[in-house]
Amino acid sequence: MSSLVTRVRLKQIEQMIEKGKRLDGRGLNDYREIKVEQGLIERAEGSARVLLGKTDVLVGIKVETGTPFPDTPNEGVQTVNAELVPLASPSFEPGPPDENSIELARIVDRGIRESKAIDTGKLCIEPGKKVFVVFVDVYVLNHDGNLIDASAIAAVSALMNTKMPNYEIENGELKIKTGYTSLPMKSHPVTVTVGKIGSNLIVDPWLEEEQVMDARMSMAINDDGNICAIQKGGSGYFIPQQVIEISKLVQEKAAAIRKKLGW
Amino acid sequence: MNEKPEKLIDKKGFRLDGRKADELRPVKLEVGVLPNADGSAYIEHGKNKILAGVFGPKEMHPKHLSLPDRMVIRCRYHMAPFSVQERKSPAPSRREVELSKVIRESLEPSVFLELYPRTGIDVFIEVLQADGGTRCASITAASLAIADAGIPMRDLVVACAAGKIDDTVVLDLYDAEDKLGAADVPVAIMPNLNAVTLLQMDGILAPEEFENAVNMAIEGCKKIYALQKEALKNKYTITKEEAEEE
Repeated sequence: MSSLVTRVRLKQIEQMIEKGKRLDGRGLNDYREIKVEQGLIERAEGSARVLLGKTDVLVGIKVETGTPFPDTPNEGVQTVNAELVPLASPSFEPGPPDENSIELARIVDRGIRESKAIDTGKLCIEPGKKVFVVFVDVYVLNHDGNLIDASAIAAVSALMNTKMPNYEIENGELKIKTGYTSLPMKSHPVTVTVGKIGSNLIVDPWLEEEQVMDARMSMAINDDGNICAIQKGGSGYFIPQQVIEISKLVQEKAAAIRKKLGW
Repeated sequence: MNEKPEKLIDKKGFRLDGRKADELRPVKLEVGVLPNADGSAYIEHGKNKILAGVFGPKEMHPKHLSLPDRMVIRCRYHMAPFSVQERKSPAPSRREVELSKVIRESLEPSVFLELYPRTGIDVFIEVLQADGGTRCASITAASLAIADAGIPMRDLVVACAAGKIDDTVVLDLYDAEDKLGAADVPVAIMPNLNAVTLLQMDGILAPEEFENAVNMAIEGCKKIYALQKEALKNKYTITKEEAEEE
C-alpha cells in the first residue's frame, strides 16, 4: 500500500509528527472537520453523506421484509455492506468485495450491532416468520483516509434519518398504511480511529498518513461512554500502555464528536 | 438472546465448564505435524482443534503481488464444514475473510520480512473443530508453524481472549460463554517485545473493565507462550532421541 508515497515524503511525515505537527496543519489529536447531510437520496428509507475532510462517504438504508435468524425469531435483521467504489480512488478496483471492503463493513456492523443502535426487538412483524431487514449500504465516494470513522458516522446518521412505513397486519398479511415512523434506535455509537507512526499516536489519519502508518486502532463508543467494539489493523503493533492511552483518547474524541453532531 | 438458560458463573465463582474466572482451558501444542509443509503446528485449545501449515519462502505467483523490499505473507483462515454445530459452507465467508486479514496482520510484525524480498509465504489455517476463540488458537498455531519453517522471527506471537460474563471479567471464553456473554476481547502479543499485534472487541465494556480484560488476556497469553516454546523445543529433542536410537 505504501508504494504511493515516496520515502522522502514518509520521512517528512515522520519528522513533522516527531515535532507534534502534521502535513495538513493539524495537531496530533485534532480531528478533521465533519460535515453531515441527511436524507439526500429520496428513494432510500434513510440516507446520509459524511464529509470528513476530503473523505466522502454516502450511506443508504433500505428496509425490507424478510425472515429472522432461527436463534433470534423475535428480532429484526441488520446487514451492513461496503462498496469501495472505483471512482473514489485509483487503488479501488471494480469487482467482488476484497478484504478491505469486507473488513470496513464488518467494523461498521460491529459498532452498530454491539451498541444495540437499532432496536431490533421492535422490528418483528410475525415471530419466527416475518421481520424487517435493515440494509445498511456504505458507498465510499472519495478516499482521503479514515474510511472507518466516516463510514460509521454516516451509517448512524443514515439510520437516524430512516423512516419506516406504518403498517398493520391483516390475516397475516402486511398492509402498508399512510405515514411514516422513525426507525427505533437505542444508541448512537461514535467510532474513532487512532493511527501509530513511529512511537506517536495520531487521531483521524488522512490518506498519506494511512499509507505510511504502522498500525491503526478503531474503537466504537456508545451513548454511556462505554467501549462497544474494537478493531486493530495494519501490520505493526501497539504496546499495552498505548492501548489504554488510545482508549482514553478515543473516549474524549468521541464525546466531542457526539456533542458537535448533537447526538 | 435475552433468555439466558442459567447463570454463567455459579455462587462459588465457577464457570459452566468448571473453570475459575482466570483459568485457561487445557492447551496442547505439537510442531511439525504436516509432512509436506515447510512448517506446521497443531493446537488443541479446549475443544478447538486447529492445524496450521506454512509454505515458503518461495517465489510469488501471480508475480505482480511480490514486493521489491520484503516478503509477502498470505494467510487463509478456513473452517471445515463439520467444525461447527450447523454445517458451514466451505466457501469463504465474510467472517473468514476478515479473520484471515487480522490474523495475517497479527503475524506480520513478528517476521523479518525484509530478509526475503520478492518472495512470499502462505499460511494456511484449517479449523477442524471450533469451540470459541478460534482466531486466538489459530494465531498461536500459525506462529509456531512459521517458526517451524525456519523463518527468522523477532518473537513468537501468542493469542488469548478475555471477556465478560455475568458482570465478571474472565479469561478464555468458550463457545457458550462467547454467545451468551457480554463481551469478548481477543488479544495477540509478542511477549518479549511487549507488543500487542491483535486487538479486537465486541460487546460492551466500561473503560476500567476493558483495561482489566486486556491485562487478563495478556497474562493468559504468557502462560500459553511457555507451552509454545516447549512445543518447539520438543520437536528437536524427539529428533535427537530418535537419532540416538539408530
